[in-house]
Amino acid sequence: MRVLVEYFDVFVGGFWLTLQLCVLSATGALLIGTFVAILRISPVPPLRWLGGAYVTVLRNVPLTVVMFFSAFGLPALGSNADFLRIPGLSTVFSRLGIDLPYFRFAIIALSVYTGAFVCEAIRSGINAVPPGQAEAARAIGLTFTQNLRYVVLPQAWKAAIVPLGSVIIAMIKNSALAGFFGVVGDLSNSAQNLTSALGEPIIPVFVGISIGFLIMTVPLGLLLDRVEARRAVAR
Amino acid sequence: MRISRMAAVAASAALAVSMAACGDSGGDGSGSENPDVATPSFEAGTTMAELSEAGTMTVGTKFDQPGFGKQGLDGEPAGFDVEIAKLIAAELGIAADDIEYVEARSAVREELLEQDRVDIVVATYTINDARKERIDFAGPYYVAGQHIMVRADDDSITGPESFEAGDKKVCSAQGSTPAENIKEYLADDGEQLVLFDIYEKCVDALRGGQVDAVTTDNVILLGFIADNEGEFKLAGEQFTDEPYGIGVKKGDDAFRDFINDTLEKIYEDGSYAAAWESTAGEFDDNTPTGPAVDRY
Repeated sequence: MRVLVEYFDVFVGGFWLTLQLCVLSATGALLIGTFVAILRISPVPPLRWLGGAYVTVLRNVPLTVVMFFSAFGLPALGSNADFLRIPGLSTVFSRLGIDLPYFRFAIIALSVYTGAFVCEAIRSGINAVPPGQAEAARAIGLTFTQNLRYVVLPQAWKAAIVPLGSVIIAMIKNSALAGFFGVVGDLSNSAQNLTSALGEPIIPVFVGISIGFLIMTVPLGLLLDRVEARRAVAR
Repeated sequence: MRISRMAAVAASAALAVSMAACGDSGGDGSGSENPDVATPSFEAGTTMAELSEAGTMTVGTKFDQPGFGKQGLDGEPAGFDVEIAKLIAAELGIAADDIEYVEARSAVREELLEQDRVDIVVATYTINDARKERIDFAGPYYVAGQHIMVRADDDSITGPESFEAGDKKVCSAQGSTPAENIKEYLADDGEQLVLFDIYEKCVDALRGGQVDAVTTDNVILLGFIADNEGEFKLAGEQFTDEPYGIGVKKGDDAFRDFINDTLEKIYEDGSYAAAWESTAGEFDDNTPTGPAVDRY
């Protein structure tokens, strides 16, 4: 366990970078997932097909493959994902704005992949809203967008929040893959470096890495439990 | 119907393979004439006398290291290590055709010698004290080291110092010694260093422009330069030293002396330089002059 003390800064640095990666990817996944869910329930058939195809493809491809396409396919297409170098955001998340694109590639892969699961969680929430609600909204003359915004989605979020939490927890754990696709200094890459280059024993290093992930996932799980308990009271 | 279709597929596959074999057979030869065979005489009872008498020897070498020892389609390895082995064999009076090659993967090289499965190991074999506990080294016959590979049209990187400014990005393998070595030269690891599990991914990132350089042992880099002709080149000088020696069985000092003498002889008569130029030298103009042998 000496390694945990000696390389404490490495673990903290790894935790901080993985946390940044997760916050950004979760935001991206929620945006993409909501958008695709709306496509899937839209009244226009081609949009529904598009949403269905997105979920079918990305939910059924291993994340490693998505990561690979992101890290090696995007460069082949001539993109370094520079659209993610958002001025205000990259001062907080310093890795977002640097020349090396692999942090951005990891965000894209995680967001796009997790987005498919988020879409399905939201859609299950939408399906939980009684059909009468949407029908009533339509009857008083709300458009499709108004209907979603004021009637359906606010109720759907409530039902979707717990499965969404599980999806995000899974995403946090999936983020360990980023260290194998060029992101240097996150939790998994730090573990790799400590064990193979610096020759530290594997078990204590992985205990440290696990603690890092648990610090992110356990509070999120507790938060979800609270949300669920409150909702039960409301009903 | 199904059987005949499968037969047709098999036949066309076989044809494709044989055509590929024809197409390549000209390109991967060792590229040099086999050395003239000496007719020496040795003191009875020495390893040299035994090998010379038998007229054959077994050499452990790499089968997957372009430029040094890489197995061709004929099943025989070719490269600088193989040429060195041939030159030593020639001094023993053994023709190049009578050498038997055994694949010597990095992890099993000591075992091969200890179990008498090979007579010598010439396999990008770095001399170090841990290995000297189990076997003995003749040589070194070559000093490899960490080097930097860049795109062929890039002249902005001249050595590891080029990374100190902080604007150049470099790729290496996860958990490797070269990755640790290059960190000393970087202004910021997070902004300048990319690590992958295999070097092929680094080469891809270099080609795509995500990184400006790949760093590891020059021998590995030479392999990539060889495989992607005209795309990449080495930048600057190597900045660490990995002396390659020839492994012999522990305690066989007479044989070790003989190999050291042979190395000094081939440094002198130009056959060493010729061996380099016809193999690894095709991708690296710095023909080594032959490092001083270490008669410990």
